[in-house]
Amino acid sequence: MFSWGYFLQQSMNGIILGCIYALLALGMTVVYGILRLINFAHGSLITVGAFFVYFIFFRAGLSLPASVFLVLGFGGLMGLVLDTIAYRKLRGGPEVALLITSLGFYTFVENFMKMVVSPQPYAFKTPPYLSIMYKTQFLTFRSIDVFIIVSSIIIMLIFHLFVKKSKMGIAMRAVAENLEIARLMGIEVNRVISLTFVLGSAIAAFTGFLWGAKYGQISYDMGFLTGVKAFVAVVVGGVGSIPGAMLGGFVLGLAEILSIAFLPTRFAEYRDGIVFAILIVVLLLRPAGIMGVKEEVRV
Amino acid sequence: MKRPELAFVWGGILLFLGVFLASQFLNRYLIHILVLIGIYSIATVSLNLTNGYAGLFSLGHAAFMAIGAYASTLLTFPLPLREAYELPKLPWFLGGPDFVWPFFPALCMGGALASFAALLIGAPVLRLRGHYLSVASLGFVVIVTTLAKTMKGITRGPMGISAIPLYTNIYWTYLWLFITVYVIWRIVHSRFGRAIMALREDETAAQVLGVYPMKYKLFSFVVGAFFAGVAGGLYAHFTKAIRPLEFSFFLTFQIVVMLILGGMGTTAGPIVGVVSLLTLRYALKPLEEHLKIYGMIELIYAVLLIVVMLWKPEGIVGRSPGKKKRPTRVLEGGGSHG
Repeated sequence: MFSWGYFLQQSMNGIILGCIYALLALGMTVVYGILRLINFAHGSLITVGAFFVYFIFFRAGLSLPASVFLVLGFGGLMGLVLDTIAYRKLRGGPEVALLITSLGFYTFVENFMKMVVSPQPYAFKTPPYLSIMYKTQFLTFRSIDVFIIVSSIIIMLIFHLFVKKSKMGIAMRAVAENLEIARLMGIEVNRVISLTFVLGSAIAAFTGFLWGAKYGQISYDMGFLTGVKAFVAVVVGGVGSIPGAMLGGFVLGLAEILSIAFLPTRFAEYRDGIVFAILIVVLLLRPAGIMGVKEEVRV
Repeated sequence: MKRPELAFVWGGILLFLGVFLASQFLNRYLIHILVLIGIYSIATVSLNLTNGYAGLFSLGHAAFMAIGAYASTLLTFPLPLREAYELPKLPWFLGGPDFVWPFFPALCMGGALASFAALLIGAPVLRLRGHYLSVASLGFVVIVTTLAKTMKGITRGPMGISAIPLYTNIYWTYLWLFITVYVIWRIVHSRFGRAIMALREDETAAQVLGVYPMKYKLFSFVVGAFFAGVAGGLYAHFTKAIRPLEFSFFLTFQIVVMLILGGMGTTAGPIVGVVSLLTLRYALKPLEEHLKIYGMIELIYAVLLIVVMLWKPEGIVGRSPGKKKRPTRVLEGGGSHG
């Protein structure tokens, strides 16, 4: 039953899911690089972003570009709030305190959303000009697929350039390299960390919109597994490496979709299990990830 | 006999006197709550070994409880009902098709299987930095619930197993709680305990002193998983029905909140946390049902967790660590490379 058309089609689905994971992994890897924090709260931004777009775009009827900019701003604001009221206070303490707090934030947002929007999933209708079907000889796709791939690539490029070239990006890398020395060099560490959260969260909220537009359904708990899988992507690609995070996202997305597509149907339910099995295999064989360098422990 | 052991003997006698009085005079609803407090305490006390004393942050307790719950259920499930529930008969190495396990060995078996799973997960993951354990153990919860949903021939899939014989009573629960507290206490106050706490405080320094991290971390993880498995078995035989859904991330989260609220790395902390949060839950339950805002209690748990982390990270019982007398190590990098 193997055919190249089917393979191509499924690979495209995998790449789209990979785009979503990669975008989320970007935000998680920079935060992990600086604070050694697995930011579970990152997942909640996906949910919040998706519902934000749902309400301002479908209910309030704003235009799509306006919604996109607003959701980016809203996500960034959430990131800033989170960092200011919670994470900043915990810096310098035990690393695990940050982790626990982010877990608390995730659960808070999830249950808050559950109360506000009801536990039922919402139908997220893709706007008509994003659901135009194109048929070619090999592939069938909708304009939303193109939109996701193009916007993801644009965001990744901008992010990459920002981190490599801009002053703030260089400061970010310096802080990730060594926080204390960066502070001694006159870098305002707190501002850099806040900015990291703002950027990551803005991207995560936007990803929530992409998720809703692509899969047509949003719910209060959509962010949890997606967020954790994004961290799996970070680990697979190599912790602390931005290209690694993107690569990890694509690898994970492709692996997830292709394993469902080519395994017998009864394995479809193993989807989430497969992702974490990949994680454990990667940790076993190559703990540093595909592109990561082995983490040195300095005394 | 040394003094602390004597304290345990007296404590045990008092505990069982209390349990006896409770079982005689309290109504069924209160006993129900007391048993739940006992089961959650077993889980939380065992999580304390891993998360509190060893300083690893495992989020996998729900998975170990699920393993214990399913294992002991399958071992003790009555023969006449097996056919009706389409559950498999036991293979020869577990006693053959006509054999039904008694409760106590079945619980131990559930715990042992949970330990074995912890060994499989811990061996690759514990070699790495602590944080990987959080994600990998969380992933393990997802894997276990997925398997419980899909292995329909054994677990009956998403609808779960019901009509489990009711074996758990207040005596069994508090007997196991007593065992758990005693075993963990003994471990913590032994060479092993000092080693895992040394690793928590400063892994490199402990290594220099000859403590091999992998061995001790894995040991505490495996022991913690054993009691989680037992708690799962008790839970299954108490609620009489289990579904994969119940052993989700939220169960882990509750146990983590209980542990942190009570105080990680203290003997009394986990139990204080369980008692206060479960009391709160049952006190608020009528309100939640009256107002029809389901999820309110979860919301309160999350808020409590954040509040505790921000203002009293040592929990109710724990003492504030005060100022550390460690020289400031400027070049260390603000804990980012520690």
